[in-house]
Amino acid sequence: MNNFEYLRPTTIPEAVAAASVPGAAYLAAGTNLVDLMKGGVVRPSRLVDVGRLPGLTDIEHLPDGGLRIGALIRNAELAHDEGFARRFPSVAEALLSGASGQLRNAATVGGNLLQRTRCAYFYDTASACNKRDPGAGCDAVGGETRTHAVLGWSPSCIATHPSDFCVPLVAMDAVVEVEGSNGRRDVTLEDFHRLPGTSPEQESVLEPGELIVAVRLPPSAAEFASHARYLKVRDRTSYAFAVVSAAAALRMEGGRIAEARIALGGVALKPWRARAAEAVLVGALPDPALFRGAAGVALVDAKPSGDNEFKIELARRIVTRALILAAAGTPSRMPALPASPFAAPDGASQHG
Amino acid sequence: MVEMTSIQGQTHTRQGSSIGQPLTRMDGVLKVTGAARYAADHHPAGMLYAVMAVSSIARGRVASLDVAAAMAHPGVVQVMTPGNAPKLAEDPDAKTNPFMFRMDLLQNDGVRYPNQPIAVVIADTLESATEGAALLAPAYVTEPARVGLDGNASFAPPAVGVGNPAEMHRGDVDAGLKGAALRMDATYETPAQYHNPMEPHAIVATWDGDTLSIDTPSQGLAMAQGRLAGLFGIAPEGIHIRSPFLGGGFGCKGLLSGPQVLGVMAARLVDRPVKLVLRREQMYGPVGHRAPTRQTVRLGAASDGALTAVSHHAKTASSTFDDFFEPAADTAHTVYASPAIATSHEAVRLDTGTPLFMRAPGEATGSIAMESAIDEMAHACGMDPLAFRLKNYSDVEPISGKPFSSKALRECYAQGAARFGWATRPLAPRQMRDEAGLLVGWGMGTATFPALMFQGHARAVLRSDGTGVMETGAHDMGQGAWTALAQIAADGLGLEQDQVEFRAGSSDLPDAGIAGGSAHTATAGMAIHGAGADVIAKLADLAMDDQRSPLFGAGNTGVIARSGRLHRRDDEGRSESYGDILARAGLTEIEGRGASASDPAAQSAYAMHAHGAVFAEVKVDPEFGQIRVTRLVGAFAAGKIINPRMVQSQYYGGMIWGVSFALHEEALTDRRSGRIMNQNLAEYHVPVNADIPSVEAILVEEHDPHVNALGIKGVGEIGITGTAGAIANAVWHATGIRVREFPITLDRLMG
Repeated sequence: MNNFEYLRPTTIPEAVAAASVPGAAYLAAGTNLVDLMKGGVVRPSRLVDVGRLPGLTDIEHLPDGGLRIGALIRNAELAHDEGFARRFPSVAEALLSGASGQLRNAATVGGNLLQRTRCAYFYDTASACNKRDPGAGCDAVGGETRTHAVLGWSPSCIATHPSDFCVPLVAMDAVVEVEGSNGRRDVTLEDFHRLPGTSPEQESVLEPGELIVAVRLPPSAAEFASHARYLKVRDRTSYAFAVVSAAAALRMEGGRIAEARIALGGVALKPWRARAAEAVLVGALPDPALFRGAAGVALVDAKPSGDNEFKIELARRIVTRALILAAAGTPSRMPALPASPFAAPDGASQHG
Repeated sequence: MVEMTSIQGQTHTRQGSSIGQPLTRMDGVLKVTGAARYAADHHPAGMLYAVMAVSSIARGRVASLDVAAAMAHPGVVQVMTPGNAPKLAEDPDAKTNPFMFRMDLLQNDGVRYPNQPIAVVIADTLESATEGAALLAPAYVTEPARVGLDGNASFAPPAVGVGNPAEMHRGDVDAGLKGAALRMDATYETPAQYHNPMEPHAIVATWDGDTLSIDTPSQGLAMAQGRLAGLFGIAPEGIHIRSPFLGGGFGCKGLLSGPQVLGVMAARLVDRPVKLVLRREQMYGPVGHRAPTRQTVRLGAASDGALTAVSHHAKTASSTFDDFFEPAADTAHTVYASPAIATSHEAVRLDTGTPLFMRAPGEATGSIAMESAIDEMAHACGMDPLAFRLKNYSDVEPISGKPFSSKALRECYAQGAARFGWATRPLAPRQMRDEAGLLVGWGMGTATFPALMFQGHARAVLRSDGTGVMETGAHDMGQGAWTALAQIAADGLGLEQDQVEFRAGSSDLPDAGIAGGSAHTATAGMAIHGAGADVIAKLADLAMDDQRSPLFGAGNTGVIARSGRLHRRDDEGRSESYGDILARAGLTEIEGRGASASDPAAQSAYAMHAHGAVFAEVKVDPEFGQIRVTRLVGAFAAGKIINPRMVQSQYYGGMIWGVSFALHEEALTDRRSGRIMNQNLAEYHVPVNADIPSVEAILVEEHDPHVNALGIKGVGEIGITGTAGAIANAVWHATGIRVREFPITLDRLMG
């Protein structure tokens, strides 16, 4: 068998020490890592099982109004937490649109952030992939690229980050708490994932051994609760990664947009915050034409990485619609098909 | 001579009949409790685990394998390569009958498709064998892969499907097109699709000298037995294959596949029982698939909508080393009336595994193209698609001119349309929206599948304790054979259901033919029916010849078998139990035999098909193009229905596969390497529950006096036909966009 060490430390410092050696990998639910190991895509020499570490399974409402989510909280547990969906509805909607019920019951918050790309050339060990084998080249370029990146890609890597959860999180200025051998530090989610550049094997800013211990939502995130949506377009109704997705949130004051948040999923190797597009909306009255304009700004730097030019216009349309939905207001109940274009709230029209 | 009339068709014996009852599955409790043992659940003492190493190139040869590294790995017992693979009695590339396909059994170092087995590692654990296979680190001499329908020179295949002519025609198509008021000419493409039953191919093989004991899923036990006998040069009787349950077959387990034989070879090599189970991605190559097609349909119609010409040309692909040509154009033979019909095929050879049978091979691919084309022509004629189909309804089989043995398609159209609410459909596309503003479209398709029958055998026993046994080597792939065939057995033996022990799924039982071509219920069912009649006739002889029996002398009027008793046909008050008849004769049991085969006289006189009509509603997001099939109504007529619950499930399954065909399934093949890039269930999409909000299947009554004595047609494959086209047509009706390349994906509907 593929022999590897399996360690189950009982404290975070022990875990960090155990995972600081080359070839080590953290194991939580394993919903992605175990598949990758079975496929021979990754072959860690040491698994550090953090699944039972104490202190990582709390959802804390912080005194300042923020929220701290332990890294081992399961996706389903968080989405169904009383109060969470009410304060951060687009995050809950994104969580419930991801994967399948079984996977959501297992997958953790920390693992979600660190899930690997779904690029087929990354999974196919006979293909060249700079992520798997730095310097090997990228066989995705010139291959089957319908779902590949349109923003932030490089000739070294045209893959995308597949998370739904991260998209509204990055829009909401989420902060990742990590602990390493030098103690704890905060990293904004926006800065957490790296774009590929010339070293796509470096996917995040985590140093060797650093462990995600929590994700924090700042107090400001809850101010968008009444106008926050996540919208995910996919090739089947459920259990499919986003072709393109978007989170949109508005803080309304006197009928005007006081603040806007926009992020995109499925378009780049990181959850893509569209700050320039947000700026377009500040102080304006909600209006579909305005939203369309903002969507254009969000995609201004987009370019196809292969046979995927359609994703750029699709992304513009999704951002526009997500803003329209956010402006219309968060539905009082989670739709039966969260984040789906087929999740029309009762009586509401999404299309002029 | 005793006159034994079938107990079916006797209205006074209807009470107590099992046939027609919606019984729940006999094997249902076993399955939901996990007690049903599938092939890979078996672990004979001393068993080793075998794992295949497969090729990552499409074409070339294996230059080296690091066998030493694999052998050095703890737990690895043996590595089977062309260097040490057991010699076979028969060349696996030999073809001595049309159902024989070439296998890759480590007889040389050549590579002719991705995922071809190139070695088998045998170890004492699955993990050791898996790691051993990874350590082989093959090096290849690689040649350029031939990929895609334009990837090689095309030719006219000698035959398509299983021995069908590659070209057929009736009338003058050119004249029909020339004289038409309206003409259409369109090309449709369907992708390669791969088998994804829940249970991948698995085998547990044990040798004892020259006898072989096997657990493996099979849709054709006797053929598998024969294939193994030939390859290993042993007697078929020395091979015992058990296949009580299949986790889905759909054609990929119809013929023994190469990897299953490799499991047997591995067991011989190490002289220990061996289990070999394919990984999901290993299903994408050596076990058959549905080939891609590019189909050109040309239609001509008179101004009143009557077709004047139907031309259907299909280009498809086989492997470089064997012949299976998806007979996609043949659907034009059987559905729509036209004075002129021409069908033809061409093919290329690609570096893929050999395509083989996948649920409705030819009918599924052909139907989506033809039903799309018919819809396009109906629109061109300004006619409702149902009215257009009725205008071109054929009371005889169009290509042959033969009458149908039965054809309740008009009833299917009527009942399906009524249930669906078709009458209010606007003629023009893009006219309907739901309350949320989603585009709504309605489409329909005609379903058809031939009513086939193979040769089958069964053995019946009646015992003096009043119980009976029915044996046939039938196959339950999940379709409900354990249940439906047991129902036929109970009626055939004149016993209550719980008095019959039904034995199936094992090669030491009488050959039940292949569970394919939607023909298994007819084939095995008629053999069972015959065996029941035979044993009852023998029992009746005993009674009627015995002066002590109340049935003595009933020979001229005959008897009726019911609930464990024989009754005089002309005086049902005079009867005797089976047990009493046997006891008086001093017998503990009595045996009968039955055989089934299609009737050549009826076959030459009649065209035999099941029919149906499928109506689909889709919703499409007008800006994103995302599609959801919100409603499906199918109405099918397939002769006698043995178990309506099982049949309804078969229709559901077929219709859901139609959704898959129209919207989801596609093997993404890298255009350079020929490797399939989405060989996993996350990225090779099939519908999930959320894709199937509402599916209804109407069982339209149909009596067919010609197909066989029980009147059974098949239901296994017809559901996929009609449905895929209905969805394509509904997408057009919703959007006004005609997508002719399948699956229909959202990027093509963004407008």
